[in-house]
Amino acid sequence: MNVFQFIQQNQSQVLELTLEHLWLVGISTLLAALIGIPLGVAIAQRDAFSKPVLAGANIIQTIPSLALFGFLLPLPWLGTSADRLAILALTLYALLPIIRNTYTGIRGVDPAVVEAGRGMGLTDSQLLFQVQLPLALSVILSGVRTALVIAVGLATIAAAIGAGGLGEFIFRGLAMVDNRVILAGAIPAAILALLADFGVGWLEKRLRPR
Amino acid sequence: MLTVMPELDSTAVIEFRDVSYCVAGTQVLSGFNLQVQRGETLVLLGRSGSGKTSTLKLINHLLVPTGGQVCVKGVSTTESDVIHLRRSIGYVIQDVGLFPHFTVERNIGLVPRIEGWAVERIRARVDELMQLVGLAPELLSRYPHQLSGGQRQRVGVARALAADPEILLMDEPFGALDPLTRDDLQREFSSLQKRLCKTVVFVTHDLREAVRLGSRIALMEAAKLVAVLPPDEFLRSNDPWAAAYVRAFGEGLEAARNRGTS
Repeated sequence: MNVFQFIQQNQSQVLELTLEHLWLVGISTLLAALIGIPLGVAIAQRDAFSKPVLAGANIIQTIPSLALFGFLLPLPWLGTSADRLAILALTLYALLPIIRNTYTGIRGVDPAVVEAGRGMGLTDSQLLFQVQLPLALSVILSGVRTALVIAVGLATIAAAIGAGGLGEFIFRGLAMVDNRVILAGAIPAAILALLADFGVGWLEKRLRPR
Repeated sequence: MLTVMPELDSTAVIEFRDVSYCVAGTQVLSGFNLQVQRGETLVLLGRSGSGKTSTLKLINHLLVPTGGQVCVKGVSTTESDVIHLRRSIGYVIQDVGLFPHFTVERNIGLVPRIEGWAVERIRARVDELMQLVGLAPELLSRYPHQLSGGQRQRVGVARALAADPEILLMDEPFGALDPLTRDDLQREFSSLQKRLCKTVVFVTHDLREAVRLGSRIALMEAAKLVAVLPPDEFLRSNDPWAAAYVRAFGEGLEAARNRGTS
């Protein structure tokens, strides 16, 4: 029996774990975007905060993922649910590329264009939503794309704390020393990463200002 | 009985009262006094770094004076509603000011749109302005990068005129254009201004442009205003800075001519 036959035989479980995986990745990237984009905008406008915020996000990124799960375990409410814990950890990891790209994107908007807008009487929020964000959008989206791809890979480790996802197969396969079982988790995860990359890349191209 | 306040000259639309502006310890403008009269085109002339652009930005409060007062229609800019003030002043800058992600139509209709005009009214106004600045209607759906330099500058002028402001600020609007296009645009602007009678403050370092368009020329040198004169008097002026400027232009032409003959 090769890996594809194995996947075929365990179709429903592969599907279930894939959906679980998608859910973990989707929710955490969404949360990271909801936190990271406003934060990136804020530090782009108040440059004094950019260094500490980016450094903080950087430090989180350097914590080994298994260790981060361990650190978060004692937290109240969060530590009691594997799903919540996994989502929190994945969100933290997804923050850096999103914050950094939002910051870079907003900063990269031609200052002359911003000044022209201000000179014409745009309010700060009109300037942000009609000029800065649209012009920074493709850079911000490429940050989201990076975050998604990282999250798809990292989410496999969530299985270590019992949050499910395709990591289940990988850990089970490791324990059983059975490559087919490992690949039954790894192949769908790789496909998910490619799809996410392709999907956001397509969106990025569609929304790029001409 | 009506009393007229002596310090409020009713025809001065823009007034600089002993304005200074410094940034990071550098004096960009000092002891600056100037009145711009209703309907005139005042040209701020001077070399790069003489403070022309800063002077312009003090009018629409993109810069805040560090001393003195800038008054627009009798109200100090530091006391007025900045957003309202800016929307009542048209602003044209060199080349880059158009929004790259907006079509020509959206660029021109921007201020009317944020002012909440009805869609049909914006549409009609944009069509009117396109005609006014001599742009073909089929350009409406183009993006700025699909236009020539001259067309972009026309769009910039149309955009500044959109909400029919009384005041127009122009920062080297024709500076990046080739000489022939610049000549066209200067001629058109001049005839446009005769019809519209806006109060215009125009920044340039080009004496020829200043003489051609200005009703008065304000010469700036090293953060100070050195002379304010009508063009013909400017050309004959004994003021050392004005004379030096005129000489530099004349000699430039002379030198070019001599090079051709010798």
